[in-house]
Amino acid sequence: MNHAFAALFYFATAVLVAGVAARVLLWWKAPAPLKIPTTPAPTTTGGVALRLARELVFFESLFRANLWLWACGWVFHVGLALVGLRHLRYFTEPVWGLVAWMQPLGILGGLLMAAGLAGLWLRRWAVQRIRYISTPSDHLMLALLLLIAASGLAMKFVFHTDVLAVKRFFIGLMHLQVLPLPADGPLVVHLSLVALLMLIFPFSKLLHAPGLFFSPTRNQADDPRERRHQAAWAARLDVTKG
Amino acid sequence: MADPTTVPTPTAPAAKPAAAKPVAPALREFGEIPVLQPGSMAGSKPYVANEKIQEAIGFPGALVEDWHDRAIGKMGELLGRYRSLQVFMDACVHCGACTDKCHYFLGSGDPKNMPVARQELMRSVYRRHFTLAGKLFPKLVGAQDLTRELLDDWFNYYHQCSECRRCSVFCPYGIDTAEITMAGREILDSIGYGQKYGNEIIGKVHRIGNNLGLPGPALEDTLLGLEEDVKEDTGADVKYPLDVQGAEVLLVTPSADFFAEPHVESLIGYGKVFHAAGISWTLSSKASEAGNFGMFIGNYEQLRKIALRIREAALELGVKRIVVGECGHAWRVAYSFWNTLVGIGAGGKDPFAIELQRQLDPRYKQPMHICELTWDLIQEGRLKFDKAKNDHRIITFHDSCNVARASRMGDAPGGQFEIPRAIIRAVANHYVEMAPGTTHEKTFCCGGGGGLLTDELMDLRLKGALPRMEALRQVVDQQGVNFMATICAICKAQFSKVLPYYGHKMQLVGGVHQLVSTAIRLGDG
Repeated sequence: MNHAFAALFYFATAVLVAGVAARVLLWWKAPAPLKIPTTPAPTTTGGVALRLARELVFFESLFRANLWLWACGWVFHVGLALVGLRHLRYFTEPVWGLVAWMQPLGILGGLLMAAGLAGLWLRRWAVQRIRYISTPSDHLMLALLLLIAASGLAMKFVFHTDVLAVKRFFIGLMHLQVLPLPADGPLVVHLSLVALLMLIFPFSKLLHAPGLFFSPTRNQADDPRERRHQAAWAARLDVTKG
Repeated sequence: MADPTTVPTPTAPAAKPAAAKPVAPALREFGEIPVLQPGSMAGSKPYVANEKIQEAIGFPGALVEDWHDRAIGKMGELLGRYRSLQVFMDACVHCGACTDKCHYFLGSGDPKNMPVARQELMRSVYRRHFTLAGKLFPKLVGAQDLTRELLDDWFNYYHQCSECRRCSVFCPYGIDTAEITMAGREILDSIGYGQKYGNEIIGKVHRIGNNLGLPGPALEDTLLGLEEDVKEDTGADVKYPLDVQGAEVLLVTPSADFFAEPHVESLIGYGKVFHAAGISWTLSSKASEAGNFGMFIGNYEQLRKIALRIREAALELGVKRIVVGECGHAWRVAYSFWNTLVGIGAGGKDPFAIELQRQLDPRYKQPMHICELTWDLIQEGRLKFDKAKNDHRIITFHDSCNVARASRMGDAPGGQFEIPRAIIRAVANHYVEMAPGTTHEKTFCCGGGGGLLTDELMDLRLKGALPRMEALRQVVDQQGVNFMATICAICKAQFSKVLPYYGHKMQLVGGVHQLVSTAIRLGDG
């Protein structure tokens, strides 16, 4: 079983990294021939960086769209960030100072994650127009994330597992060593689901995360009169008339 | 936890047969989100362009036999040409933030008019053909084949979007349904399934020079008539020059300004501003159209070809400044795209751009909006007004989509909101703002933009106007507003038509330079 999980995680990591890299490369290479930022928009690159930062940290556009949706979504993502930070303890030795300091916050993060996801899923069922636009994969994605959160919280509060052994396993993988992994049910579920998440990430709507930074309506400076913005293929049209 | 209660709209009409006279939907009490009415707008579609219209602009004359494969091929081509399309296909998470933001959805309740659902008409096909998940597990991820039925839905629903970008304000990733609608129309055109109204107009621009098909001599005649009218009215010799070599300003304005009401009142206003400030200017029979329907069909080649007329006219006439009149989508094209397309603007280092830059006056923004020009003159004290002449008007301002969400005026972001309002306050005493959430970047589209200003879409136009009409009704009833100023020719035409259905006089809508025209002091006469 140890080798099965080792193989699974090596494979999932490869797929995640290569898959996201391939998609980012596709977006990078696609030209943005016209200036189309949603105005009012910043007129400088620094302003654009701030706009993207506000979207990333505060979900600014979503806040203006719908308060409840923003609350559930933002709380979930904040929880996810806290949990992610806390989990760094499994991959770093010694554990970084900041990560050690924020361990209790990570527990709160797990609860926020679950609460946010539950709210989002409830909304998908309860609100007619959201139900209409939801595909099976939309529901399954929420279920997957909720199960990951639930299995993680279960291990924290009820079904304790040997976390030191888990850490040794993952540090071992990082050194191309396969060490024993505890055979506890909740842990197996948790790790399997996380591997599944990594595998489907590059083929799913989770690409919204890197996608934001390539959205021309958010990442372009509003300076079309000041600078001549031209894609290579558009510039080739300049030499001919009409 | 749930969103505001959805309440059935009292007079939610079922899909009407085309022959029935359209009626305006009832105003909603508290801006409720409509209960879904699937298929209620399935019958709304514009006339299909005929062979002559299509072929005149390089498209197949009718639906081609291998339309399916050609459409998928074209989609692939566009995905590689436009980052916006590629990212927007990938980034949507179906969160629904956009669902209650589109005026056509709010007015009709048809779920396919929710921006995400409108996008999904294309995204479902994208997933089927361009993603692993869609190829392997279509039903899981909402992927589907492009059937004839779905293609017809594309034609119907991509002509129920005015490309107003309101949805992009609220999407967490800025997904702009307008970009998808444009791609949808471009694909449809490439397989011979085009819209008569828009494509016919594009043909007219190439053949005659403007959307209305008004030829040079007729234009000259119209302008002479205008000069006589203004002389009679004001005693001043205000000129409306055409094709004057060496004039300082080339004014490019929507052709509707030449004779439609209330548009022509703004044209009169522009002339008075130039006259009062002593600026030499000219119109051009070659560039007699600010509007650019190439944008509406998402076709870069048409967009550029139409814009090229402006560049050529400017070079031929040797002008120093290019100024755009009161037109919404034209201003978007001029402000956001002219520099890219035809080198009208600053910063270009290539010979094509430098040729024109060398001629134009670098002290001024190129191109400039007539409102920027007028506001600059007001700030310099070069224009004088009798504000009391507008006292019979209680004025509000409708921000037009393309100006609000796709352009700028002045030096700071948001100038496109401040400058028209500043002009109004400089020429009139009574100004009222409509409800927040319905103005500025959240403004509601008039319902007639993006190539939808046609009689056969009247039912759609009435429904699309609903949210704006609600906000207007509030200020009319509570503050006595009797004039809604706007700086878009399509808004003016749409509102003139739609206002009476909602119980207002068509004269309630007018231009900002119409107000300027009323109050401006002309010095002589």
